[in-house]
Amino acid sequence: MSEVGTAPAEAEPLLRVRGLAKHFPVRTGLRGHSVVRAVDGLDFDVRPGETVGLVGESGCGKTTTGRMLVRLLEPTAGTIEFEGRDITHAGRRELRPLRQDLQIIFQDPYASLNPRHTVGRIIAMPLQVNGVAPAGGVKARVQELLEVVGLNPEHYNRYPHEFSGGQRQRIGIARALALRPKLIVADEPVSALDVSIQAQVVNLLRQLQRDLGLAFVFIAHDLAVVRHFCQRVAVMYLGKIVEIGDRADIYERPQHPYTRALLSAIPDVTRLGPGGRIRLTGDVPTPLDPPSGCRFRTRCWKAREICATEEPALVPRDGGGQATACHFPESGPVPQEDGGTAGTAVEEVSK
Amino acid sequence: MSLSPAEGVALAEIESGGGAEAPERGDVVGRSPGRLAWIRLRRDRTAMVSGGMLVFFMLLALAAPLVEMLYGIGPKEQFQSLLDGFGMPLGYAGGVSGEHWFGLEPGLGRDIFIRLIYGLRTSLFIAFAAAVITATIGVVLGTLAGYLGGWLDAVINWITDLTLAMPFLVIALALTPTLVLRFYGEREAVSPAFGVAVLIGVFAVFGWTSTARLVRGQVIALREREFVEAARASGAGLGHMLFRQLLPNIWAPILVSFSLAVPQFITSEAALSFIGVGLSDETPSFGRMIYRSLDYLQTDPAYVFFPGIAIFALVFAFNLFGDALRDALDPKSSR
Amino acid sequence: MGRSESVPSGQTGDHPSVPGQRPADGPYLRVNDLRVRFDTEDGVVRAVDGVSFTVERGRTLGIVGESGSGKSVTSLAILGLHNAKRATIGGEIFVGGRQLVGLPEEEVRRLRGRDMAMIFQDPLSALHPYYTVGRQIAEAYRVHHPRAGRREARQRAVDMLGRVGIPQPARRFDQYPHEFSGGMRQRAMIAMALVNDPDLLIADEPTTALDVTVQAQILDLLADLQAEFHSAIILITHDLGVVSQVADDVLVMYGGRAVERGSVEQVLRRPQHPYTWGLLSSVPSLHGDADADLVPIRGNPPSLINLPSGCSFHPRCRYADRNGDRSRTEVPELRPAGQEGHLVACHLAAEERQRLYREEIAHVGVAR
Repeated sequence: MSEVGTAPAEAEPLLRVRGLAKHFPVRTGLRGHSVVRAVDGLDFDVRPGETVGLVGESGCGKTTTGRMLVRLLEPTAGTIEFEGRDITHAGRRELRPLRQDLQIIFQDPYASLNPRHTVGRIIAMPLQVNGVAPAGGVKARVQELLEVVGLNPEHYNRYPHEFSGGQRQRIGIARALALRPKLIVADEPVSALDVSIQAQVVNLLRQLQRDLGLAFVFIAHDLAVVRHFCQRVAVMYLGKIVEIGDRADIYERPQHPYTRALLSAIPDVTRLGPGGRIRLTGDVPTPLDPPSGCRFRTRCWKAREICATEEPALVPRDGGGQATACHFPESGPVPQEDGGTAGTAVEEVSK
Repeated sequence: MSLSPAEGVALAEIESGGGAEAPERGDVVGRSPGRLAWIRLRRDRTAMVSGGMLVFFMLLALAAPLVEMLYGIGPKEQFQSLLDGFGMPLGYAGGVSGEHWFGLEPGLGRDIFIRLIYGLRTSLFIAFAAAVITATIGVVLGTLAGYLGGWLDAVINWITDLTLAMPFLVIALALTPTLVLRFYGEREAVSPAFGVAVLIGVFAVFGWTSTARLVRGQVIALREREFVEAARASGAGLGHMLFRQLLPNIWAPILVSFSLAVPQFITSEAALSFIGVGLSDETPSFGRMIYRSLDYLQTDPAYVFFPGIAIFALVFAFNLFGDALRDALDPKSSR
Repeated sequence: MGRSESVPSGQTGDHPSVPGQRPADGPYLRVNDLRVRFDTEDGVVRAVDGVSFTVERGRTLGIVGESGSGKSVTSLAILGLHNAKRATIGGEIFVGGRQLVGLPEEEVRRLRGRDMAMIFQDPLSALHPYYTVGRQIAEAYRVHHPRAGRREARQRAVDMLGRVGIPQPARRFDQYPHEFSGGMRQRAMIAMALVNDPDLLIADEPTTALDVTVQAQILDLLADLQAEFHSAIILITHDLGVVSQVADDVLVMYGGRAVERGSVEQVLRRPQHPYTWGLLSSVPSLHGDADADLVPIRGNPPSLINLPSGCSFHPRCRYADRNGDRSRTEVPELRPAGQEGHLVACHLAAEERQRLYREEIAHVGVAR
């Protein structure tokens, strides 16, 4: 299993995750206790300078995973190794040197900045708590960072409420960059932003990734955004990775039915009229009581008996970097959907 | 169908658009949330009038000896010559005159005006001291309980519930005389400072619970906010979390609860003094004055009137100011 | 949806409508020069500033815009849901021939739920947590059918739950909102909105809170229901993808004004306004070059309190300089843009716009 999801290894991975799990105890009914298996056994690697996307719908455990990677949540099982060191249960003091290398960007540009602090103080916070004194002084570093993320360095003394959503997200990015990290976990960094601003921030992240050689774990529900940012993509469903592979594999030759359904469900501006062909029925089941065997089987059109009894392992299919957890994987490229032009769409509809 | 989600969406849409323009302003220094609250407070006429009254009262209390000097009469001076044979003040409205602005006390013949000034001093001192102590206890316990959670939270909650379950009046009635007896014996004169300290102590023991609960709730809400997680992800320690991240965000409700606690303590002091467990007669205080004046409700209504109106004005001003402060600090709550 | 019967929906003022009288034909909803103003402590917010459009029965109008564009405020104004103390509403709103602006609150309330209904973004906060879903739907029915008995209302609610694709509707009737999943809740909301057979349905970001796979189901459902009930639908969204799937006509709003209007083909296939170009090129796509940068709109959305002068898009517009001072001084009017029914509010000359679109825009994203 250790080679699962890794392309032939040229470099030592920066981050190595094995069997990562998080179970939350919950109260059910009056006196019952049970666990929500929010994340249930993840394996993946992130190499230096690589961008990995974690994609899935609500309840798939992608945010919990991100929180565990930066150790905001304590994993229930499994290991997280960063540059070869096991940090799964490291204490605050042991983590201190690592904090500089491992940072997080949050989803909500309104909740992620302390409203009572100036922008300068917010961005300088990681420097301050880690006792880092940058050459040239804190203020110079903060102003440099503001410039890097495309904000006016003179706005050092402003407060968050004086900025728009997109600008606030840039401030959050500057804060994550303050310690010159090697890996940034970005938890839905653009999903709270307007479309036009979303594109600005995606471009900024791409540029930073290129210029600074940063590795990213990019958590998102939007497959289209992930496609523009990530070199490798892991698709999650109910706490498990169902498919992982290079971008081209996932978007052009997806093997897992869920990946195909997800791609098909994204409304496409370039195609008018009713969208994709694959329609899943129902909602994602509750992680409190996930289906037996393959967790996707309740919504899968290919499900057979074996899917209910035996859980499919995440295994590479064609020897490459692409691994799929499915008993009946699809093969070949996604068929081009009809209605590529408005004209045919109209015909199709009026028939 | 409720309208709230719809209105909420519309407002959010307006507000999210509203903030965007600000950075285009010419000046560089930002306006902090505190400064914005101050600007809102300045615009609020109620706040300005009640605030002005409070400042006036506080200056008066602080400058009581100065007032005494200018007025030329002390709080303990007796003017028996201005009373008639029954001990009632001569003249109209309880002896109001150019010399004695608010008249004289029946019986002892002390000047009401200067006693009110000193009573104000006592009341404000007790109320502020009690409010500061209760706020401190409440903030410390509430923050620790809210942020650390776990068994500490359970213990602090338990103590809070226990305190709330104790009947305040009964314990105050039982405790004060016991304490006095313990330190002074049956016939000794009780020092005024001791009486004041006992009152503050009683308030401190009972008054911190609401602040603690308020702060705990606020901290629990903030603890899950992403900016707190960002600090945690950067490796911030407990001190940084509490003093840099959390407290600056809860001082607004603390300030409001403080400003509303002060008038509550003023009335409580008056009430306790009134039922005789508070201050001794020697210390000028609103409660004692009203207590004594009740005997003369029929014969000398002015004696009730002046302390009554003073305590009313003081508490009213405090409450108005506290509400205005809340509106200024959290403009959305008042809509 | 009747895309083949492409009726131009641009013309307003053709039907001299008399309040209280329902014209035999013509658009069911006609909004004319709608203005909504809020007085706030920071100044006057012109949330909607002179917007006009029409929606016919059986057609779907998509209103697209970013936060602060005034799209939600518009829909609330149609439903008469603005607090009269805070909002000043001007212009005309004709629903089925009745002018709603200035109508007493009580009469608007009677129309609301019966002739027009709304679907909210967050069904959890729009459904009351303490009553069963079925009871709330039955209740909504009885409000407008006072003579309907308890049993009849229940039957109607169960029917509606079944119609919106909720399995075992009779059993689901007695469940509480928290027992429904997100997608099921949105279906229940739709059932509640449709229980009185409204002629106008306003859906405000109906799928934004949902997962993509569920969003696809709900959009299909809306389209099916429209074919069945033949109602007029306004779909408010920030997501151009959603619009491209279900809308017949599109209205693009920016800073409280309409900047472009036309059929979905015209607006998404041959967009004419630089803002629409920007929106389309900002959307990340599943096709084309994944390594190419996205083409965002520069700058930030405007503040409604302090709208830029002239064309409110000019500070973010790449082509604002080509008109000299005009874009800064003059508010562009919505004018015909070539094809019938296609309107655009831009100072650029029509030929220049066409040329810019052909040479600079078409290849970067819009027509990938």
